Amino acid sequence: MSNLVIKQLSKSFGSKIVLDQLCFDVKLGEFVSILGPSGSGKSTLFHLIGGRYLPDQGDILIDNKSIVGQAGQMSYMPQSPSLFPWRTIRENIVLGAELKGKPDLALAEQMLKKAGLTEVADAYPSALSGGMKQRAAFIRALLSPQDLLCLDEPFSALDEFTRLDMQNWLLSIWQTYRKSVLFITHSIEEALYLSDRIVILSTNPARIKAVFEPKFERPRAPELLLTDDFLAWKRRVYQTIKADH
Amino acid sequence: MGLSIKKSLAPFLFIIILLVIWELATRMLAIPTWLLPAPSLISKEMITSWPTFQQHFFATTQLAVIGFIIGVSFGLLLALMLHMFPRIRATIYPLLIMSQNIPIIVLAPLLVIWFGFGIFPKILVIILVCFFPIVIATLDGLAQTHHELMHYMQMAGASKQQIFFKLEFPHALAAIFSGVKIAATYSVMGAVISEWLGANRGIGLYMTLAQSSFRTDRVFVAIVFIMLLCLCFFTIILAIEHLLVKGTKKGSAEYE
Repeated sequence: MSNLVIKQLSKSFGSKIVLDQLCFDVKLGEFVSILGPSGSGKSTLFHLIGGRYLPDQGDILIDNKSIVGQAGQMSYMPQSPSLFPWRTIRENIVLGAELKGKPDLALAEQMLKKAGLTEVADAYPSALSGGMKQRAAFIRALLSPQDLLCLDEPFSALDEFTRLDMQNWLLSIWQTYRKSVLFITHSIEEALYLSDRIVILSTNPARIKAVFEPKFERPRAPELLLTDDFLAWKRRVYQTIKADH
Repeated sequence: MGLSIKKSLAPFLFIIILLVIWELATRMLAIPTWLLPAPSLISKEMITSWPTFQQHFFATTQLAVIGFIIGVSFGLLLALMLHMFPRIRATIYPLLIMSQNIPIIVLAPLLVIWFGFGIFPKILVIILVCFFPIVIATLDGLAQTHHELMHYMQMAGASKQQIFFKLEFPHALAAIFSGVKIAATYSVMGAVISEWLGANRGIGLYMTLAQSSFRTDRVFVAIVFIMLLCLCFFTIILAIEHLLVKGTKKGSAEYE
């Protein structure tokens, strides 16, 4: 059974077609990345799944039910951490769950520990480093009750070293909780390293250019990044993106 | 703590120096007491007149507190209403700004003509001076909700109510408090002005009586107590703000 299915999804603003006949799915417990250059309509896609926009055509299904125009069917992690400055970290991470009912506080404690944030649980976000804020924002999404996690370029603002740490941490925690993930990124390496499947979008309008399934073994470690197999994949993806440009 | 003592030391010393200069100047230049009494004389008068002064002091305090509470509540309610209905806001906002161009001192006699010398017109004066800073501060605070936080709430499927109570209102709280602080000092001013126009008790009345008998020292006593009262209000509100506004530096829109 598929968890998320996108069917012939099209959206235009005025005469500008942004998304053109997108078709893909995210299976239960699968990690799918959407890879495309900036301005390829990736955010528009998230706005559609998040129920903020209505599509011109097509359908979005979660567990075979259409969620078109319905807000709050996914848990969400934005590009900036967007933590609330007047809430402590502990209060911040349960916000997503709070919107949908009573948060599971025991699970929240457990997650704080996993993220190494126990010591700063009572601190306010302004006291945290960039990586810590992102971890808190990810836990907030993970603690939300929805089964689909949408991550919108969550690590793009971090420096290279922190980003690799965050990716490894994300993989380890995802392996434990195994939610379906839809991950937007413009980094080829990040997409290859993290995902089961990569959907490559073209720009203006966004169409699906290719879908890759690299099948690297899990659990993955940073050594993978330098293997010939990985680099070959990287080349292939890069050439696909650059083709007919 | 040590730092804050150090910080307040300089202004404290400066006030002492000013008082010393004032004291010496009145003595050396032999300025008549009815023109400018020396600080020592004023403080002596503060102590000797306290038994008769206290009833005026408490009357004004009571008036200011009642007016302040009603004014702030009214201002908050109006701001929230205007926030919820943007069309009404667009209609009323210019009128609100324009109304502030009428000095309260010219409005006060009208209120006396309409409502007499009782407590009602006095409280009305205080409400009028209090509610404006609250309305403007609240509206601005609500309008400045950070768009990234708003984006998260909308994508996460928060309802309008949740957005208001979990994001907009707490976000505006710092701004609201800066309005409340202004309103607090205005409320004391409003109370004294309203008492000038006719009252049987209050600092305002005490000042009018002192002035007409050229008891300048007593006018100064009234001024000192008004200052103390304002300071007291301000400190209480600062303490409440400290309890309620968390994680942000006051008034700043820092969010990450």
